[in-house]
Amino acid sequence: MNEPLITARSLVKKFGDLVAVDEIDFDVEQGEAFGFLGPNGAGKTSSMRMIGCVSPTTSGRLEIFGLSPTADGRAIRARIGVVPQMDQLDNELTVLENLVIYARYFDIPRDVARARAAELLEFVQLTERKDDTVDPLSGGQKRRVSIARSLISEPELMLLDEPTTGLDPQARHVLWDRLYQLKERGATLVLTTHYMDEAEQLCDRLVVMNGGKIVAEGSPRNLITTYATREVLEMRFGRGHNEEHVSEVSQVGERVEILPDRLLVYAHDGEGALATLRERNIIPESALVRRSSLEDVFLRLTGRTLVD
Amino acid sequence: MFYRRIWKSNLVGAFFQPVLYLLGIGLGVGALVDQGPNSAAVLDGFSYFAFYSSALIATMAMFTASQEALWPTMDGFQWSHAYRAMTSTPIAPRDVATGLTIFYAAKTTVGAIGVAVVLAFFDETRSWGLIGAVPAGVLTGLAFAVPLAAWTSSRTTPDSFPPILRFIIIPMFLFGGAFYPIEQLPDWLEPVAWVTPLWHGVELARGSILQTLPEGRGLLHVGVLCAYIVLGWMACVVTFERRLNP
Ligand SMILES: Nc1ncnc2c1ncn2[C@@H]1O[C@H](COP(=O)(O)OP(=O)(O)OP(=O)(O)O)[C@@H](O)[C@H]1O
Ligand SMILES: [Mg+2]
Repeated sequence: MNEPLITARSLVKKFGDLVAVDEIDFDVEQGEAFGFLGPNGAGKTSSMRMIGCVSPTTSGRLEIFGLSPTADGRAIRARIGVVPQMDQLDNELTVLENLVIYARYFDIPRDVARARAAELLEFVQLTERKDDTVDPLSGGQKRRVSIARSLISEPELMLLDEPTTGLDPQARHVLWDRLYQLKERGATLVLTTHYMDEAEQLCDRLVVMNGGKIVAEGSPRNLITTYATREVLEMRFGRGHNEEHVSEVSQVGERVEILPDRLLVYAHDGEGALATLRERNIIPESALVRRSSLEDVFLRLTGRTLVD
Repeated sequence: MFYRRIWKSNLVGAFFQPVLYLLGIGLGVGALVDQGPNSAAVLDGFSYFAFYSSALIATMAMFTASQEALWPTMDGFQWSHAYRAMTSTPIAPRDVATGLTIFYAAKTTVGAIGVAVVLAFFDETRSWGLIGAVPAGVLTGLAFAVPLAAWTSSRTTPDSFPPILRFIIIPMFLFGGAFYPIEQLPDWLEPVAWVTPLWHGVELARGSILQTLPEGRGLLHVGVLCAYIVLGWMACVVTFERRLNP
């Protein structure tokens, strides 16, 4: 009965010799918010485009709604809403026209489209801009138009490729709120992001991708406990001096990570680690203890210089 | 069905351009040519004005449609990504190819009707054949636009477009039988004209307007133009697929 909405097994995408997606496996369940997290070029967009049936798979198995993208691409696309990484709005048309014309591609009757468009513009708080052309809108407003447009067909599954990249914090929060509401209404969301806080806020479950592979999978909380410690101690010794202290510092924590400007010490008790270092006369220019976050998981999994 | 919206075509342009060409060349050059000693024989007994202006539906269609298949089509693929947006819906790349073909047809129809209306004002070209010349113009336009769209979809910059106009479209305009019968060309060039879509379009439009076209020849011209369109559409299906669904 409860089949996953999306199933991928050994999914591969190659562009010539370049392997963009390298044998990934994942399932997305009905009603969940599923995230792809990963650095630039990890293969997030390539994966999303295969799910969106606009990019043929190179090999492996992919099923969406139990259908195959090769045989039933049209039928699948009719049931999904896509927010692409780059807005693909028609800048010369008004906000409302963008929605109504897009609805025509789904064969939605014009009057139904108009009614839905009005509702959706209300939902993304753009009602008063509905007769303005898209061109002069701000980045965040365009993004909201894209989201409204992707919803015009009342999709069962939403594919959102970096929905909030380039937005100011306020616009991001508005979008998060809208996406959260969609999820509450039962939509399944699949999204990609670089933002850890976004993944923590929105995703029930996520995979971390790097170099075309899935390097970790789980709920945000779960990933943090698996791949990071409870606390992180951040220390700055001044540019160029961080490396000098690695060996001493690594004695007080479980792991040390060297970033260009600072050292991260993963420890159960950050303050304790800092106190020990001070006793040994190792005094950083500045130090900060914080709870670990998904960002630490991300940094660990997607590679910086690691010292265990 | 769902296909692309049809942009407001420039109606003023549809009338203004042919009038300009007619007055500039048809009447001006015509006055000179018609005084030539054997012009009547070369032009099948028609005045130069009738000869030249009856080709106009085909040549104008070629220009309108070709231009439409270059920059504005590149916009959909490369700049606005409108076709990407379309193909994330149930629409597939082959539907985009069909939709574009219909759009080019609509655009050239407006242009061809514009020229036909203008030609109807002149005694020498006023005939029921004008009605047949409109679809002849549309076929001519499509025979250019559809293959060009396949080319455009395989490009990421418009760098090749001016040379296409300069080295393909303009030479056809000059040597494709619009200004003088291709029999006047050097013998080695004549067969080249036979394979160009413009010559077939010009012959078809002229033959229809001046009612000089034997039925068999007419069908041949239609067949060649259709072949360009069908092959072009098939190329579009392949290149659009490659471009939109990499
Ligand atoms: N159409 C294409 N042709 C050739 N290579 C491509 C194409 N699309 C993507 N790639 C390559 O595939 C790899 C993965 O790209 P992809 O867009 O999936 O990354 P991403 O995780 O979405 O990155 P970003 O965070 O920058 O959006 C990259 O190396 C990219 O250059
Ligand atoms: Mg991407």
